[in-house]
Amino acid sequence: MAVRGVEIGIPAGARPRARGWVVLARFAQKKPLGAAGGVLILVMLLTAIFADVLQTHDPIATDAAATLAGLSAEHWLGTDHLGRDIYSRIVHGARVSLIVGVASTLLGSVLGGIIGLLSGYAGGTTDLVTQRILDILQGLPLLVLALVMSAALGPAIHNVIIAISIPIIPRAARVIRSSVLSIREMQYIEAARSLGLQHLRIAFGHILPNTIGPFIVLCTAQLGSAILVEATLSYLGLGVPEPYPSWGRMLSVSAAEYAQKAPHLVLFPGIAISLAVFGSNLLGDALRDTLDPRLRGS
Amino acid sequence: MKTYVIQRLVIAVLTLLGMSVVIFTLLRLAPGDIVDILFSTAGYVSPSEKQAIMKELGIDRPYWVQYVDWLRQMLSGDLGKSYRYDQPAWQIIRPLVPVTLELAALSTLFAVLIGVPTGVISAVRQDTTLDYVLRVFSLAGLSMPAFWLGMVIILGLVTWFAWIPPLSYVSPAQDLKLHAVQFLLPALAVGYRSSALIMRITRSSLLEVMREDYIRTAWAKGQTGRVVIWRHALKNALLPVVTVIGIEFAFLIGGLVVTETVFNLPGVARFLVQAILWRDYPIVQNLVMFIAIVVILSNLLVDMLYGVLDPRVRYGG
Repeated sequence: MAVRGVEIGIPAGARPRARGWVVLARFAQKKPLGAAGGVLILVMLLTAIFADVLQTHDPIATDAAATLAGLSAEHWLGTDHLGRDIYSRIVHGARVSLIVGVASTLLGSVLGGIIGLLSGYAGGTTDLVTQRILDILQGLPLLVLALVMSAALGPAIHNVIIAISIPIIPRAARVIRSSVLSIREMQYIEAARSLGLQHLRIAFGHILPNTIGPFIVLCTAQLGSAILVEATLSYLGLGVPEPYPSWGRMLSVSAAEYAQKAPHLVLFPGIAISLAVFGSNLLGDALRDTLDPRLRGS
Repeated sequence: MKTYVIQRLVIAVLTLLGMSVVIFTLLRLAPGDIVDILFSTAGYVSPSEKQAIMKELGIDRPYWVQYVDWLRQMLSGDLGKSYRYDQPAWQIIRPLVPVTLELAALSTLFAVLIGVPTGVISAVRQDTTLDYVLRVFSLAGLSMPAFWLGMVIILGLVTWFAWIPPLSYVSPAQDLKLHAVQFLLPALAVGYRSSALIMRITRSSLLEVMREDYIRTAWAKGQTGRVVIWRHALKNALLPVVTVIGIEFAFLIGGLVVTETVFNLPGVARFLVQAILWRDYPIVQNLVMFIAIVVILSNLLVDMLYGVLDPRVRYGG
């Protein structure tokens, strides 16, 4: 009721913008958990953008006088074994996590989406062969594939992005293909075909826009696992190289050695990873309920 | 049924063949090989010396020769020789397999023990506070890195109980109790994570089944909620869960890679990471193939099981 009241009370000129807010408010009301996830992702995004403002120290500056310091007014979340400020490193780590997460998710989803679109639209033997090839990629555990990939490509930020995006391709292709299969049979596609439009134009111009819902759901859900895989790769020393502060590497073996003396070394980066992934999982779940009509009500 | 099985087997073999190509190619993309790494600490090495070693390891030959050679070896059951340890690969891998299998089995057990009951409760109490709490609990499991959870568990034990888990592997023959503790903790960390997927699929599939007519009939007969849910509904709702457990197996192995590292367990997964870092091709190739075979077989098994468990699912032929 409150939502409707707001809508009525708004002058005609401001309406389109207010409607956006109303949609958001309604989403938050219906999916409080999803909204909480959205807030978490927003906080992470803002942290990544304003990392230079939010930092209290240089994230890569070492300080021999203050190694393994506990929580204090000077170092909010303490320092690591080289005296680097944990808080500032976590703030900058958000940047690395988000860049790698978003870039690899988009790369994998777009490539996979195109493959799924074409394979689903073409159908027949093309579809069958494509699906079998995707089976090959999907048969391997995501992490194992990313592990081998990143080792093969060498430690660099763009290589990590590629390594994480490859395992996403088959998953994205599956999702887009299945929605293409149902859209393909719709009457407006038949109409487009009877107008003599070219196949590529039908596929990209008429089918693709209608897969945007599943695509958004897919991206949100994959973002979480991409962040997780990046953290794991970095933890194993196969991810983002020095000097970029990465949450995963902050937890690596060298940190684990000092865990007993300085538990904050292990706790805070892990909490940062968990919150980021948690946020994207919550949002992804809520978006799937809202945008995917097949799952509505379950 | 028979044609279906044969069909599936043929596809499985083709998939594995494709995987072998992918794995082989990926590893050859790597900059630097074992010889570079072996000599990186040795200072200057003459090119002729390097050539001799490459020849000895057989990596001076064209790639396709190496590939065909590898396939032939695998088919004859020979897993090749580790570059680094100068030992047959199988000899190194064999003692690692039981460790990983035990861990995987225990993790799956935990995942089911946590996932199924929480999923049932969540479905029965749909949209109540309890439902929300359980869903957040399971989603939290999906969000925490398994290796971090392991580190926190160890940290908690050290801090509150002043108990340090054994730093090296304890065999059951040495000390059964210590062995159990050593495995239960990482299994709990991995299993909690896997339980999230099982919980969600149990919940949604039970919700679906609860809407069916035969459940309404069961209610109409005046049966208690417990009987309706556990005896009538869950029986059918668990079928998709079985599938997920099969798929979970692939994720599980991914989770084990880091968990074995954190808990210092000499398993296949931890060894894989070390082998990758060493560019020990035969070991990496064979380990990844081994994982691929396990995943494909478990998927195949689950699909077969599905037909047995559910009379409605009958494969043509």
